[in-house]
Amino acid sequence: MSAAIDWDSPDLVALRAAMLRFARISLRDAAAAEDMVQEALLAAMQAAAGFDGRSTLKTWMFSILRHKIVDHIRKSSREVSRCDLVADADADEDDAHLDAIFGKKTPWSNAHWTDEDRPAEWPEPESALEQKQFWDVFDACVHRLPENLSRVFLMRELLDLDTPEICTELGISTNNCWVILHRARTRLRGCLEHNWFDEDAPQC
Amino acid sequence: MLTCRDITRLQSERNERELTARERMELRMHTLVCRGCRRYGKQIAFIRRAARAVREGDTE
Repeated sequence: MSAAIDWDSPDLVALRAAMLRFARISLRDAAAAEDMVQEALLAAMQAAAGFDGRSTLKTWMFSILRHKIVDHIRKSSREVSRCDLVADADADEDDAHLDAIFGKKTPWSNAHWTDEDRPAEWPEPESALEQKQFWDVFDACVHRLPENLSRVFLMRELLDLDTPEICTELGISTNNCWVILHRARTRLRGCLEHNWFDEDAPQC
Repeated sequence: MLTCRDITRLQSERNERELTARERMELRMHTLVCRGCRRYGKQIAFIRRAARAVREGDTE
């Protein structure tokens, strides 16, 4: 079965949009994101005859795209000074954001949530995954992370690399990686709550 | 006695390494009584699912 793929079909248009979203969130470079999606689509086109179903095609295209993004990030992370990444992430103790939401950890304070920053209940979070606007907020929140946090977060969560691999790639310690991920997750959680889940959240 | 700050760090690290038996127990005890940390744990798990949806193309 050859020529089984109709490149103008609504399915493929949606597929391309989803690929673009993945590439844009993972990279801070819209032009590079476009290029990678284009390349992944071309590669898929060349081998299109080998596909018997849409789900296989989608999985395959996203895996090509993921590899392209990982390569791109590897190349660019070699150009980044490691000092920039490691700066200020050595210890869990001095992070202004964590200090603000938990209060500073001292022998006389136990660093619990401040009333203002205690996580609220998120009503029906799963339904957010089906809303286009949610993804725009998600994208914006990821991109609002400071560079040193977002790089590690993206490699870990979006690209699904494991921590040892990320540490080797960026030349940082495992502990440093964990500290960075904790900070990134905490900020991202706060940003999503503020910009998406807050409105309907019950007061507590 | 672990603080909320420590507990959220464990909740994050649970995704990166196996927690010790002691850490798991501290986590369980703490989240039993702390609504904030209970929600934090659920919400960062949700963020992982969202990231996975992006990676697998389930966003359109």
